[in-house]
Order: sequence, then C-alpha cells, then structure tokens
Amino acid sequence: MAKLLDGSAASSLRAIRASAAREIRTTAARVIRLLPRAAHSPLTSRPKHPFWVIVSKEMGDHIRSWRFIILLSLIALTCFGSLYTALNSIGTPKATGTGGNASFFFLQLFTATDGTLPSFAIFLNFLGPLLGIAMGFDAVNSELNRGTLSRLLSQPIHRDYLLNAKCMASLLVIAGLFLALTLVTTGLGLLVIGIPPTPAEFIRLLAFTLLTIVYVGFWLNMAILFSVRFRQPATSALTAIAVWLFLTVFYPILIRLAVKAFAPDPSSMAIFPASISGSERTVLDMLRFAPGQLYSDATTTLLMPVVRSLGPLSMDQVAGAIPNPLPVGESIVIVWPQLTGLIAAATACFALSYRSFMRKEIRPR
Amino acid sequence: MQEPIIKITALSKRYGELKAVDNLDLTIDKGEVFGLLGPNGAGKSTTILMLLGLTEPSQGNVRVCGFDPTSRPLEVKKRVGYLPDDVGFYDDRSGLENLLFTAQLNRIPKADALRRAGQLLDQVGLTADAQKRTGTYSRGMRQRLGLADVLIKNPPVIILDEPTLGIDPQGVREFLDLIVRLSKEQGITVLLSSHHLHQVQQVCDRVGLFVGGRLIADGNIDALSTRLFAMEPFMVEAGVSAADTSATDAGALSQHDIDVLTGLFRDIPDVRSVSYTGELFRIACRQDQTPAVARTVIDHGYLLTLLQKKRYGLDEIYHRYFENGKNYGKTA
Repeated sequence: MAKLLDGSAASSLRAIRASAAREIRTTAARVIRLLPRAAHSPLTSRPKHPFWVIVSKEMGDHIRSWRFIILLSLIALTCFGSLYTALNSIGTPKATGTGGNASFFFLQLFTATDGTLPSFAIFLNFLGPLLGIAMGFDAVNSELNRGTLSRLLSQPIHRDYLLNAKCMASLLVIAGLFLALTLVTTGLGLLVIGIPPTPAEFIRLLAFTLLTIVYVGFWLNMAILFSVRFRQPATSALTAIAVWLFLTVFYPILIRLAVKAFAPDPSSMAIFPASISGSERTVLDMLRFAPGQLYSDATTTLLMPVVRSLGPLSMDQVAGAIPNPLPVGESIVIVWPQLTGLIAAATACFALSYRSFMRKEIRPR
Repeated sequence: MQEPIIKITALSKRYGELKAVDNLDLTIDKGEVFGLLGPNGAGKSTTILMLLGLTEPSQGNVRVCGFDPTSRPLEVKKRVGYLPDDVGFYDDRSGLENLLFTAQLNRIPKADALRRAGQLLDQVGLTADAQKRTGTYSRGMRQRLGLADVLIKNPPVIILDEPTLGIDPQGVREFLDLIVRLSKEQGITVLLSSHHLHQVQQVCDRVGLFVGGRLIADGNIDALSTRLFAMEPFMVEAGVSAADTSATDAGALSQHDIDVLTGLFRDIPDVRSVSYTGELFRIACRQDQTPAVARTVIDHGYLLTLLQKKRYGLDEIYHRYFENGKNYGKTA
C-alpha cells in the first residue's frame, strides 16, 4: 500500500516535473522569440529582423573601429588613474574624518581625489561627450559619402530603421562600456580596500551608470543630428566639438559676466539677503542649460549622499538639520529633474535628426 | 494585355525653380530591357529615385509592380533591385560579407543566403575575391559585386543607374552581356540609364530619350531614327575651295562665295537645309542628291575637295536630340 502510494506520488511528481519542464521550455521559447537576437541563434532558423541586422552590424563596426579602441583605452586609463588617486586619498585619515561621508566608503572611489588627478566622475563629465561625439558624428554622412546609403535604403527596410539602429547600437555599446567600467572599478576597489559596497551604495552606482549613459547618449544624439545635417564628417565633428566647448567652457563664463553686469551691487546685498539667494538661483538655473552642469549636479548628489540640495539654502532651512546622509530614494528624487532634462535634450536631438532624415533625398554620391 | 511593371503618369519633380523631371509618362512591360538615354543632368537619376521612393515626386503618379513607392516603399523595394552609379560597400568587410548583409536585410535565411551568394559571385566572376575586403576592389569589381548584391534578393525588376561608368570596354561588354543573359533567362525587367548610346543600343529592347526632364521620344532605335529623320534622312557633306588658286590665301572661300553656294545648294530639289560649318557645307535632303551637289559645285567654277554621303547613325540621333534639348532649355 505504502509502495503503491509511493509509486503514484512519484508518478504524479514526475508528471508535475514534466509539465513544469514543458512550461519552462515553452516560456523560454516565447522569451527567445521576443528577445532581440543580436547573435545568430541556432535555436531558431527564422532570419533576424532587419533592424537587429543593422544593429549588430553597427555594433561590430564600432567595436572594431580604431576610433573606439583609442577612446576606450583613453577612458579606461584615466579611470584607473583617478581610481589610484582616490585610493591614495582614502588611505589618509583626513578624508575619512569628514562628517557623514565616511560611512559611504565605497562611493569615495568615484569622487575622492588627492589633488593630482580629477576624480572618476569629473573625468567622465569631460570624456563622455568626446565618446558620444566620436561615435555619432559620421553616422549618416559617412554612409552617404561611401555610397552605401542608397544601396542600404533600396533594401526593403523602413528608412527610420537605419537611424534608430545606429542610435540603438551606439547606446548599447556605450551602456556595455560604462557598465563594465563601473563594475571593474568597483571590483578593483573591492580588492584593494576590502569592504564590500552596501546595497544602497550599489544602487547609487547603478544610477550613476545610468546617468552617465544618458549623458553620453545626449552627445551621441547631437552628433547624429549633425551627421544628418552636414555632408562632410569633418564639418559635423567640428560643429559638435564646438558646441561641446561652448557649453563646457564659454557658457559658464558668459553667464557669470552677465550676472556681474546685472546683479545688484554688494552694498545693497547686505541689506536684502533675499536678493543674494535669488541671483544665485538665477545663475544656477541658467547654468543648467548646459548638459555638463546637469550631469555634474546629478553625479554629486548620487555619489555624495550628504548633499541634500542643489540650490542655495538659507540659514533658516539649514538650522536644525542634522548633517546625515540622504537615503537613496531621496537622492534620486533630487536628481530626477536633471535626469529628465538630459533625456529630454537627447530626445529632442533625436527627433530633429529623425525629422530631417526622413524627408531627405537620398542621392547616390 | 498585361499590367505594365512600371507605370509613370504625369510625373514632375521640382527643385525650387528647376524642373528636374517635367510631366513624364512612361510604361515598361514585364521582361523588357529599357534604356533611359540622356545627357548628364537630364533627370534620369531623379526619375529612378522616385521609382524607388527615395525622393518624393512633386506631382504625378508612379506605380511599380502595382505599388506606389511613396506610400508603400517596402513593397516596391522588395521587388526592385537598384544599382546606383558608383555603388559603395562597407570597405572593411569582405565581398561575401557585404552580400550576406544585404541578404539578411531581405530576411533570407542564412543557409539560402550563403548558397545564393556563392552562385552569384560565381556568375559575376568574383569567386576568387569573395573573401577580400571590398576596399581593395577595383571599380569594375565593385560594380559586378553591386550586380550580385542587386540580384541576391531575386527581384523581378532591376534598375541600373549608369552601371558601366568607369569600367573598361571589355568589362562593359561582359557586364552588359551578363545583364541581357539574366534578363532573358529569368524574365527580369531591366531599366538601365546611361549616356552611352552604343551600350544602350547593344542591350536594350526599347529606348527612351530623356532631355531636360522630358521624355522626347521612345521606341526601338530604328523607330526613333525614322521618326526623327522622316523629313531629311540624307546628309551630304561637301568641301569646296575657290577656283582661283593664285590668290594668297589659296582656296579659301570668301563670305560672298559661301552665300552664293548656299543659295545654289538650296535651289537643288529636295534639299531641306544648308549650313556651312568647319569649312564644310552640310546639305540635308529628302532624297539622295549627292550627284546634284557635285555638279553644282563644278558647274559654277569651284573645286570640290571632299564629298561624302552620310546616313544618320545613332550619334546623329543623339546629337540631334540633345541640340533640341538645349533649345528646350533656352526657351523654357
């Protein structure tokens, strides 16, 4: 009797297991069908969607290109350089002694510096645009000049596939690159300092990576826009670099000059403290038209949990506040406008290039 | 009567003031090899771009295989292979890789694509170079790879825009032979644009002459020639020098002599026009009047230095039309 029961239980178990296996198999098949097949999958003989054909080709082109390899090594080098200086400064007791930051030991890898080299985050602020521009400035016009565009577009694909696929491929490469870079830096830091990051720190690092991808994505889309508008790759590269230089170097100077001209004179400021914070706020708001400023605001908040506001705070607001680090959620709420701003700017660039590409006449060279 | 594979009605394309294509009507039937003949800038390429939906027509209607290229570009592009002049490939990929990429874009399964690419590379004679990077290909090789690239999706229609530009004569002949053979074997409709008259004549069933955005004539070459020169199929060229050879500028005709002779030639029956250019009289006539011309010259005391009768060949057709084209341009 017991044996019989045992047998039936075993058989029902087997049946359950079989059905579960079947279930898993069908689900897997469904998932695989939905998944973009970046590599040729032997599971299905159905050919890839043309969109993913272009994406994988573009990714291949990027990864093989000298331009990308050079930039990659440049970024990797600077990152390891800044990691080294960060580790140096972390080693000294001075850095660890300051307030609430001490508990976020891990994040200091990305922000701390001993003064010889800028920190990881500042380096990315500087090199990210370069990477985005390098990957996008000849996206469309080089195809036009090589005479491949008309051949490509005479294939049965929608015209926007090309633009979308190029954007997608570059974003995927950028995402992979920065994710790898952040994780490698984390891993190296882990090896050296021996303290694992807390979950909160890890989430902050992931948010930081996402932010970096969006930031580089903005420059990428801007470069693609120029590559649609200008026929010569050199022109589009120069224009993109000019915009970058203007926004990072000259724009802040111009804003400061303008503010100096219009600001109330210092003697009246002493009487009306409100006007100080008002003019400070205007300056900041103006500066935030530059994506670099948005990025540095957001990285500061994400990587330094003690930062609780990005604008000026009056004494009233600070009074009574305990200098505690903010929880992850709160920091993310603070950077939300910055993140949305960057995404909006990137989307605007993409929309513009989309619009001008769709109506463009594709002549053979 | 079968539905024409390409049907263009009242098609126009304007770039600002310039009319690149002006009220074009054209039909091409299945299996035809049609030559679009015209000088540079006549609007051939623009017409082709509109056929593929790569540029929008300003006016008019295009149907390719029954589809409108502007609103249903994918259906058209599935069925039409297009080889632009000076086709480009991804230079850092091999010829085979380039072909496979196109095949993938057409959703051809990998195994089929490989087999077909092999066949086509063999047909265009590039099997030995299949693994080389296309950056190292010569112009002729690129163009042949382009043909393979066009054919890999097995299209019922192929459009070739100046396909023989920059290939050596031997290469041109092989290329054109290949096109004709494919067209005949597989019933592919071919639209070929060119400004090389002789090549077009060599391969095309029918020719359309395209000048200044207009199709001024179409038909086979014989039909074109009879239509155009119906009024004056003969041309006599005569070189004449003055009888008085003792003068310093021996033999040269004075303006007076030219006027006199022109008048005399005009009096010959059936002569339609007389012109004097490059020290030669050109006398166009309805009947062969060579003897009459010779007699006229000699009877009036001039010396005949050269006399030749010309039948209008293709070059004349071409020149004739292009002169007209220029006139169109001036009056428009």
